[in-house]
Amino acid sequence: MSTSKIEAPSPPTTAGRPSAEPDARSDRTFVIKPASRAPHLDISELWHYRELLQTLVWRDVVVRYKQTFLGVAWAILVPVFTATVYIIVFGKFANFPAGEVPYPSLVIAGVLPMQYFASSLTGSSLSLAANLQLVTKVYFPRALLPLAAVIVPMIDFIVGLPVLIFLMWLYGTWPGGPELLLAPFAMALALITALGAGFLLSALNVRYRDVRYMIPVFLQVLPLLSGVMYAVEEIPVKWQWILAFNPMTAVIANWRWAMLDASAPDLGQTAVGVAVALVVFFGGLAVFRSSEPRFADTI
Amino acid sequence: MVAIAIEADALSKRYRIGELQAAYGTLRESMSHTAKRLTGQEHRRGYEEIWALRDVSFQLEEGKALGLIGRNGAGKSTLLKILTRITTPTEGRAEIRGRVGSLLEVGTGFHPELTGRENVFLNGAILGMKRREIQAKMPEIAEFSGVERFLDTPVKRYSSGMHVRLAFSVAAHFEPEIMLVDEVLSVGDAEFQARCLGRMEDINTTGRTVVFVSHQVQSVAQLCDRVLLMDEGRIVRDGPSAEVVAHYLQSATGTSSSQTWVAEEEPGDDLVSLHSVRSVRADGETADYADVREPVGIEMVFSVLRDGPPILPKIKVVAGGQIAFNAMDVGPRSREPSRPGEYVATAWIPGNFLNEGLVTVDAALCTIDSPKLHHHVSIHEAVSFHVQDPLEGDSSRGMFTGQWRGVVRPLLDWTTREL
Repeated sequence: MSTSKIEAPSPPTTAGRPSAEPDARSDRTFVIKPASRAPHLDISELWHYRELLQTLVWRDVVVRYKQTFLGVAWAILVPVFTATVYIIVFGKFANFPAGEVPYPSLVIAGVLPMQYFASSLTGSSLSLAANLQLVTKVYFPRALLPLAAVIVPMIDFIVGLPVLIFLMWLYGTWPGGPELLLAPFAMALALITALGAGFLLSALNVRYRDVRYMIPVFLQVLPLLSGVMYAVEEIPVKWQWILAFNPMTAVIANWRWAMLDASAPDLGQTAVGVAVALVVFFGGLAVFRSSEPRFADTI
Repeated sequence: MVAIAIEADALSKRYRIGELQAAYGTLRESMSHTAKRLTGQEHRRGYEEIWALRDVSFQLEEGKALGLIGRNGAGKSTLLKILTRITTPTEGRAEIRGRVGSLLEVGTGFHPELTGRENVFLNGAILGMKRREIQAKMPEIAEFSGVERFLDTPVKRYSSGMHVRLAFSVAAHFEPEIMLVDEVLSVGDAEFQARCLGRMEDINTTGRTVVFVSHQVQSVAQLCDRVLLMDEGRIVRDGPSAEVVAHYLQSATGTSSSQTWVAEEEPGDDLVSLHSVRSVRADGETADYADVREPVGIEMVFSVLRDGPPILPKIKVVAGGQIAFNAMDVGPRSREPSRPGEYVATAWIPGNFLNEGLVTVDAALCTIDSPKLHHHVSIHEAVSFHVQDPLEGDSSRGMFTGQWRGVVRPLLDWTTREL
């Protein structure tokens, strides 16, 4: 159908209606009823709102860099500063084990996904409270807010990648082969974990604003428990298995394997990490969906 | 058969007072309460519950405009929030057929750091417009808002007026099949409000279904075919807008279109006593509301108890909080000494004279006690009626549908000729 003014013969149900838009689904019927207890994610509804998701992501990216002097450069500066401190403190003084990978590459390859996870987790956990005005005044699937918040830091992550590529060039450690294909998988695992935790914490944050103070504490400890500044396979196996319950350990180990040709992480440990990530994701989603109907009333 | 756009069936919404008051607590409070409950030191808190909405059912046909009026807390906004799916009902269900757009606030999601243009896209997307749609309407939106020159300036540098104008322009160009609107006309200056009202009228005449909540009863009366009056979460009246609005305004002011006194309570003195006052239409029917083009009579029935000076029935007409005029009987009877008997006096206020809105009338029976006027009976707000313009183009506002100020609104003789 085109946007021409000539009335196209329309089905009887829509006859006489203003044709606001040719592809408007004017036969859409919404049923409003008390919230059901069983949570589920309506994928088709999310798809229907995809433009809003894009717009929310775009807004956050634009706003983020609008009033900063250095703008996008921060996406490179932050991981570089962090990595430099780690390299000096943990590499030089504490002599953390690096395995067969040059220590600076190892640290940057850990810092980038960790930065991504930290921003995603913070952003998605605070997303509902930060968009209070939207939540109380307009309807859209609320899941869009945490979802947008885990997509936005992906931009920073991609902008920061050249730092890693520079180090790869500097030390001549290029990806070894087909395991490079694992790189997106590792990041997807980080995204799913952050989103799951973001679902849970954003729903909690609607009621308890304690979440805002809990997250930074948690994120300060997390790098130590994820092998950001050391190679996990160099520590005692018993401890490796404990760290495996942290999905970020699997993310970083696999990412290093994919990008730096580091030794392959233990498959069993990765499987544990993936399983935990899935539990966090579906658990968080369930909590989010079941408390969603009350967001507008309690926020 | 007419298609139904909105069908609500026994919608109810319960809030716990606790939920309303302590919107959010801290984890500690919550944990300590749970701990106390488990150890038996404290019983489960019996929340006080209120029904913000109770058994609300109605059907709205496609292309009709429905208004919701009522006092604060009557449940209007809760109903709208349920229909827009911002919150869910506790009980009941509703069906909405068509593309829904809601407007509970103008400029939802406006971000101060973004430019006017960027905010139009953002706000449009939040309202549910497609990017293509916004792009196509951008020139129109910019023109309607009157802030074209500042479209590429961050909104944080806008004055609040510019902010609102731009926000409303986006909203006004949003064209869903079913429009749910809350109290958005109360923004901006009078001139802009008038334009917005005009725009709403346009929306109305394009066959869109509209549900409209407002405290400005006047605009509800003007825009809507049908009005629901709500009180304490229930629909207490449902009918043509003129009727319901008149009823609401009268009950809000505690007045009505007729008053009758029983024999022993009749106001008066040894000369006169008043039996009843009514506002009437030309056919003698009591009038809660009146067509602006038709005359309205104020009828007083009274008894004269003894011979005395001439009795002068008098009315004071108050509209929009101001005295429109005073009027007193100056007919032949007003010069003759009064004789005992029953009388009925009717003052006819011509059609095309009063402005729209609620009109209250003070009624009095006087004699002249030179140089003063002696009030034997004086009833403050004796009756009231609502003046309504059906907007058919033959009243003194012609084809204009926006705000029209003034206590009175006479239809004058205009002679305009070419020189």
